[in-house]
Amino acid sequence: MKKHYRLRRILARTGLYLSVFALISPALLFFLWMLSLSLKTEVDNMSIPPVFLPNPPTLNNFIDVFEKNDFLTYTYNSIIVSFGATILALLIGVPAGYGIAKAKAVKAAMLILIARITPGLSYLIPLYLMFQWLGLVGTLTPLLITHLVITVPIVVWVMIGFFEGLPNELEEAALVDGATIWQAFRYVAMPLARPGITVAMILAFIFSWNNFIFGVVLAGRSTRTLPVAVYNVLTFEQVSWGPLAAAALLVTLPVLLLTLLMQKEIVAGLTAGGVKGG
Amino acid sequence: MADRSLRKNYARRYWAFAAPAALVVLAVILFPWIFTLFMSVMDWKVGQNPSWAGMSNYGKLFTDERFIYSVWRTAYFTAAAVILPVILGIAAAVCFHRNFPLRGVARTIFILPMMATPVAVALVWTMMFLPQGGVLNYILTLAGLPTSQWIYNPGTVIPTLVFVETWQWTPLVMLIVLGGLASLPTDPYEAAILDGANPWQIFRHITLPLVWPFVVVAAVIRTIDALKAFDLIYVMTLGGPGTASETINILLYQTAFAYYDIGYGSAMVVVFFLMIMAVSAVLLRVRQADLAR
Repeated sequence: MKKHYRLRRILARTGLYLSVFALISPALLFFLWMLSLSLKTEVDNMSIPPVFLPNPPTLNNFIDVFEKNDFLTYTYNSIIVSFGATILALLIGVPAGYGIAKAKAVKAAMLILIARITPGLSYLIPLYLMFQWLGLVGTLTPLLITHLVITVPIVVWVMIGFFEGLPNELEEAALVDGATIWQAFRYVAMPLARPGITVAMILAFIFSWNNFIFGVVLAGRSTRTLPVAVYNVLTFEQVSWGPLAAAALLVTLPVLLLTLLMQKEIVAGLTAGGVKGG
Repeated sequence: MADRSLRKNYARRYWAFAAPAALVVLAVILFPWIFTLFMSVMDWKVGQNPSWAGMSNYGKLFTDERFIYSVWRTAYFTAAAVILPVILGIAAAVCFHRNFPLRGVARTIFILPMMATPVAVALVWTMMFLPQGGVLNYILTLAGLPTSQWIYNPGTVIPTLVFVETWQWTPLVMLIVLGGLASLPTDPYEAAILDGANPWQIFRHITLPLVWPFVVVAAVIRTIDALKAFDLIYVMTLGGPGTASETINILLYQTAFAYYDIGYGSAMVVVFFLMIMAVSAVLLRVRQADLAR
């Protein structure tokens, strides 16, 4: 009986390991293949049967990306737009999340949810026309402003959850001691919510960085963000696989690194809100 | 009574905190909406003077075959791109709920597809799908299986896109359901084990009913995202071959930003939004009915 039990345990364990292996291998193999493409010569990339391991690995594809394209400009654009939209969203979204949580404003929270449901394209027709009238098309401003559509709802949504989870007593004590509600927010609630702010910041940044649809419509030749650049420039102006894979890897590398380093925060934020913009 | 009005006053003071955000929401979310409604009743093409069109843009939608086909395609794509990730996501959550060595690492690898930049991912998948020289057909040949035309054939393009979408978004379902599993009570399990229930019975009669509300939330989020899927389809097929993978969102993009028919595009936006709201409302109603039971 005991032996039988042990055998079943071993079988169950093996089954679990096999399932986990089956679950993660599509992701693992995909990213390894992406890496392999980016490190191989064009001859190896085109050969049949395919060469799986780069031998020897070459960095030429990466050098190619920077030499033949204005990759640094696009990186700069992406950094300005994503950092700008994230910082602005934190400045206005953290107090908003606090206000909504404290006032228990369910309707305001619903409005944020509608922003989450609406397809990104539906903002784009009117905003595109508006930016054209204002003469802003071709600058980074329209991109930064429209990225707020992604970042603000994420920040507000995550922060409502965090502020609702904080105990009220500390702030009430501060208010009784004569602090204004602003001071109670700034010096009591905000320091306590720092983990929440980190989560909101990471998620807002990642989804802004990944956004494609706003850039495709609003970016001019020199204001392309990285996702738009990698689609527009590389696919049309050169068809070689190595540089394309290298560029794709470079675009998504910051996000992959953030995910690996901050997986706990990211998992917490995503489980709470299931957020994704655009 | 006095206490209540004091509390209400108190709550009102917090509105100041939301004012800047409200301003942004007004400018970049509400204004576009009102403007879209206005444009949708105009005959408005870029480069021409807009003129009043009444409901004719909306009327055109009901007879526009290209639009009607795109609705069916969107429905087909969405149904498949919800059901598969939800089933796989539940299975994955059950696995990741167990304790095993390197669980954190495995979970991080598992969620990478949903975090990675969609455009980058789509470009690499496109290279893998090439019928000649693509790595996937090589692997199929190696395994003795028939090769596929993947995204290059009207018959296989949507299943292929569903496959990539499933690869990308199963992790989100997994995370939401995993959050649900973590919050479950342990007593029903102890009772079931004492009664000699097998693992499948435990899953079917205890875990699944308890975690169901989370599954529904995941399904609603997935439905909304699948309905408005854009990046993957745009990058991999642009709606092609022909119009075989042209969903509403892609047609919408083409109408507004390739044909510059702003009025008609706006009417399409309004109808599309109403469809998404209707589907979400139905799904949320299902959830409430479930909870009431």
